[in-house]
Amino acid sequence: MKKQWTTRVVGLVVAMTLVAAACGSDDAAVGTGDCDSVDQVSLQLQWVTQAQFAGYFAAVDQGIYDKYCLDVSVREGGVDIVPQQQLASGATDFAVSWVPKALVSREEGMDIVNVAQVFQRSGTLQVSWADSGINEPADLAGKVVGNWGWGNEFELLAGSRKAGLDPSSDYTLVQQSFDMLALLTGEIDASQAMIYNEYAQVLEATNPATGALYTADDLSVINWNDVGTAMLQDAIWADGARLANDEGYADVTKRFVAGSLEGWAYCRDNSASCVDIVLANGSALGASHQAWQMNEINGLIWPSPDGVGMMDKGLWDQTIGVSTSESILASAPDSGAYTTEYAEAALDIMSGRGMDTTGKNWRPGTVKLNPGGE
Amino acid sequence: MKPAVAKILRSSVTAVLALVVIFALWEGYKWLGSQTGDTWPGTAVELPVSSDDIIMPHAGEIVGELFSDIRDGRSTLPLSLFLLKKAWFTLQEAAIGFFLGSAIGIGLAVLMLRWRVAEQGLLPWINVSQTVPLIALAPIIVTWGRNQGLPDIVSISLISTYLTFFPVAVSALRGLQSPDSAHVELMRSYAAPWRTTLIKLRLPAARPYLFPAFKIAATLSVVGAIVGEISIGTKTGLGRAILEFAQRYAVWPERLYASVFGAAALGLFVFGMISLAERLVLRRTDEVVA
Repeated sequence: MKKQWTTRVVGLVVAMTLVAAACGSDDAAVGTGDCDSVDQVSLQLQWVTQAQFAGYFAAVDQGIYDKYCLDVSVREGGVDIVPQQQLASGATDFAVSWVPKALVSREEGMDIVNVAQVFQRSGTLQVSWADSGINEPADLAGKVVGNWGWGNEFELLAGSRKAGLDPSSDYTLVQQSFDMLALLTGEIDASQAMIYNEYAQVLEATNPATGALYTADDLSVINWNDVGTAMLQDAIWADGARLANDEGYADVTKRFVAGSLEGWAYCRDNSASCVDIVLANGSALGASHQAWQMNEINGLIWPSPDGVGMMDKGLWDQTIGVSTSESILASAPDSGAYTTEYAEAALDIMSGRGMDTTGKNWRPGTVKLNPGGE
Repeated sequence: MKPAVAKILRSSVTAVLALVVIFALWEGYKWLGSQTGDTWPGTAVELPVSSDDIIMPHAGEIVGELFSDIRDGRSTLPLSLFLLKKAWFTLQEAAIGFFLGSAIGIGLAVLMLRWRVAEQGLLPWINVSQTVPLIALAPIIVTWGRNQGLPDIVSISLISTYLTFFPVAVSALRGLQSPDSAHVELMRSYAAPWRTTLIKLRLPAARPYLFPAFKIAATLSVVGAIVGEISIGTKTGLGRAILEFAQRYAVWPERLYASVFGAAALGLFVFGMISLAERLVLRRTDEVVA
């Protein structure tokens, strides 16, 4: 009797070990929703709920994070919230931040690592009226040029310098608020605008001369991607020390990046659904404004030639080049500032399931903006 | 009862009249600006504020905006109801801040009353505390709160607390020290313990000092909650509504004005609640005295 009992126990232990080994080491099991346990994870955004962050909201709403055994709470930004600071202080697990701003924090001693470069292009524009004669950076000479400051001015400074202008004397640089009021009232000649947000605000405003909405023909746009001083923007950042020392966190990071990138792929293929998800998450901004934003955000992500979330080495170098020449960074960051390890793992999972990871056939839609963005 | 009704009627009429005057001044200024091209009549001196429809939307349109629909998630509802919903959330944060701040304020006052050395040591710091800018404080509080696993609403309430404890502490101390020395000596002659003197003499004497402080603290608690919402980031609340409308000011100036009225109305509401409490509490004193 006793021997039989021991054999049974040994047999059970062996069986359980085999099952555990099968679950633990099998990569194909990641992202299938077969969860032994669920990890609580928080993500700090840079700003309020809007389509700029649709991929993360969609991954929550569509149960994509669930499939990766994650329970993600998405935290909105506020005026005094610096996402990378929240990350470095341990108040959040992951953060979305623009690359130059995060690299400044990294140089100041925050151990944060770029684990997925979501936006492949810069969304920053310098917008002026079509009749102002401002069509390229050199035309800014002698004009009143608006900018938000706080680290949002570098593409403009570098771009105008490239055109031979001295930002301190050849034009008047003024700090503007995060709206298009100063351009609409004529206080400034050229206004900073994100293609997915403030630019649309002008097109949602009524032209007093015609009584109809302003159109793209009324505006002249300098796009820093074309000038060659664009800098990388929204990326997912993780805690470097935890990645190095905490296997559990590294595993969570892998699943979080994969789930997030899948969320973005969902918004590429289902932009109307993602607009609806963003609205349901409590945006007081209008539906057509969010639809516009979703379309433009998709344009900043897709196509991703090397696969979504992968670092574009050329743009990374350009970002560092502008940062060091504008003295934003004292020196180029070390090679640990970004890693493609997690994005590559995510791409393997996604393409293993037959998903399109580059979006090379994605084409922007046309969005009709209503008055006030409603 | 009759004089009370008359009083309420009189103050209502005054309030409506004040609104009409503000309305007329607003529209008068706009009319003046449109006639002179935004300069003082007969001069080339510019008016301090441009009178155009973006900077100063028509008062009627601001009021009208309160009744027009706005998006709230997947559905829409009138802006006034939208603001009411947001105000309810902010009110909860403000209430936590008010009660916590008042408790801390009274606690500090009692501490300073009991030990002179505490008064000398604490009072300067209590004064200094109010010079620390909230924008410096907010990230510290929220980072601390999140590391403790607290929800952000707690951090916002703590910012509100930080503003409210100050007037209460200062006024409560003055109130607790207000009884005549004759009264204090009488208690002493009864060999009343310090605690009995506090409860039977000093606290009742402090009430007239406390209520004005509560009124200031209540309005500050709303300010603190709104500032906290703007700096920290919540999904809802009046502060969040103001932040979003401020960003869309160029296309919907009426909404920003309307949301500011919502904040003012919430401030008036809490002020009114404290006044009501004051009337109830102090009337009972009168009855006792009579």
